[in-house]
Amino acid sequence: MIKTAVCIKQVPAYSDGLMDPNTGLLIRKGLEMVLNPNDLSALETALRIRENYGGKVDVFSMGPKHAEEVIRQAYAMGADEGFLLTGKEFAGADVLATSYTLSQGISAVDDYDLIICGKGTTDGDTSQVSGALAEWLGIPHVNWVSGIKKLSQKTIQLCQEMEGELYTVKASYPLLIAVEREIYTPRMTNLKMKIAAKRKPVKTFRLQDLKDQKEIHYGLKGSATRVEKIFPAKENRSDTEPIRDTAGAIEELALLLKPYAAGRKAKQRVDE
Amino acid sequence: MSGDASKLSILVYFEYHHRRLHPVGLQLMTAAKELIRNNGGEILGIIIGEGADQAEEQMNQLPLSEVYLYESEEYFKSDLYKTLMLDCIQQSSPGIVLIGGTKEGRSLAPRLSAALKTGLTADCTELYVRDGGELVQIRPAFGGNLMAQIITPDTRPQMATLRYNQFPPLKPSVSEAGRRKPVSFIKRKLSTQPSSLLEIIDTARFTASESIGKQDVLVAAGRGVRSKEDLDMIIELAELIGGELASTRRLVEQGWISFHRQIGLSGHSVRPKLLLTIGVSGSVQFMAGIRGAETIIAINSDEDAPIFSAADHAYCGDLYEIVPALISTLKKQNT
Repeated sequence: MIKTAVCIKQVPAYSDGLMDPNTGLLIRKGLEMVLNPNDLSALETALRIRENYGGKVDVFSMGPKHAEEVIRQAYAMGADEGFLLTGKEFAGADVLATSYTLSQGISAVDDYDLIICGKGTTDGDTSQVSGALAEWLGIPHVNWVSGIKKLSQKTIQLCQEMEGELYTVKASYPLLIAVEREIYTPRMTNLKMKIAAKRKPVKTFRLQDLKDQKEIHYGLKGSATRVEKIFPAKENRSDTEPIRDTAGAIEELALLLKPYAAGRKAKQRVDE
Repeated sequence: MSGDASKLSILVYFEYHHRRLHPVGLQLMTAAKELIRNNGGEILGIIIGEGADQAEEQMNQLPLSEVYLYESEEYFKSDLYKTLMLDCIQQSSPGIVLIGGTKEGRSLAPRLSAALKTGLTADCTELYVRDGGELVQIRPAFGGNLMAQIITPDTRPQMATLRYNQFPPLKPSVSEAGRRKPVSFIKRKLSTQPSSLLEIIDTARFTASESIGKQDVLVAAGRGVRSKEDLDMIIELAELIGGELASTRRLVEQGWISFHRQIGLSGHSVRPKLLLTIGVSGSVQFMAGIRGAETIIAINSDEDAPIFSAADHAYCGDLYEIVPALISTLKKQNT
């Protein structure tokens, strides 16, 4: 029996930000919203653990009321209970406040053995919430988990993909892991499961449901960073006019690349 | 506490693996040196790992005032390294902490920032400092089309991870060692040696994921390539010029190329000497990963492709004409 909590987030389906050219403000209204793709892998990991070793899989999310949608999607995949941390006090949270809010929600429900996060969200794209959440919960964490080697009621062995090196990490519960997207292919859901998920209630957590009810610890007020402004990215390093004559292009390219080709030859000779 | 409180002090985390400094440390040094260029300040370093003191010689060739050395286990463990880093920050009270946007840095930094209850900005691509030591942190947002400018107004230290391969490395120099006050090395040993709840029971080397980040020559294929089979000629060209194949997100999503070869915001940042892009239009997503490239040569059929504005040499034409002809010309040159 392994009790698992999975953190999920509702994100825009497409990550390209649009800015109103006149006001300079972000257009976020009317965007199609989905469950963060990386979180699907986290949920799949949890479901497979439950199938093999028993236990439960609860999901946690923070966001506006309509983020309930992603909890229902998790239900359709097979999650047991879903909790949405919602309310104006939580809005505008950075990594510090987001991870703190999640830690409050998670510890209000159960002493989970495993907390599983995706490798990062496609909108915030920081990959930072997992590590901060583990610190708030006072438990160890492992990022970049690409596989589970062994699992027992007491310990787990993980593959951690570091730069150029694959670690096998062993740890006892409680533990937080952030899994790579490739760890497992998320299961498909069918209409029947989706309909059942619609009827299942989503539990809502508001500030007054948490142990720490000090507003200054949440949302914008609890955030240590401030976004001062957002501006379009500029990409210009040259004003080279492209060459259109194909024969000329080939000739010039061959000249440009010649030293590299020659360098490779020389290197090969040394290697031999 | 080192120095007077008004002086800006920046702590740089040097990743240290198998008794060698990770290149990101020297990239952080470039950013740190720039931050103290106008108003002064000092740069501190920290090294955690096995044989940490063996890095002293190299540290002596960098513009550092103090380096904290923590002799520890060989492998990175987020909880243990956080505890040691926390000790260093308590000892040195830096105004700014810079950590590499590598796998290790991105695992360590958030844990540390939560322990310090301070702000952390991920994957910064540009930094500058205001009078009074306020760090302005700029990072791509919303898929890279936009940039966000972020500050940490009230809490200290101000923490940032820097996008790996975004900044050029600072070259260690022997003259640096000669003309300055020598670096003072502080070997710290905690009264109770902290332990980790993680145990690393095995490690294995693998090469795929790091290859494109460290290559000198890269040939990137984009959506202009019509089929998986057509990649063969791109690979042949790459091999001819001693380069590795890389790609855009599109080709990875199509399942033609492994994720390990993806350049861009959601893939790798690269800083090759030469980047040859073939059939790559140059989405903002992709461009975010190639800022460190020294020379960019672009081949694309659309003359308005954004890649051309980044290229040093731009060729508008059909890759299916240019690439095969180029391969045969290079082969002839080589024989």
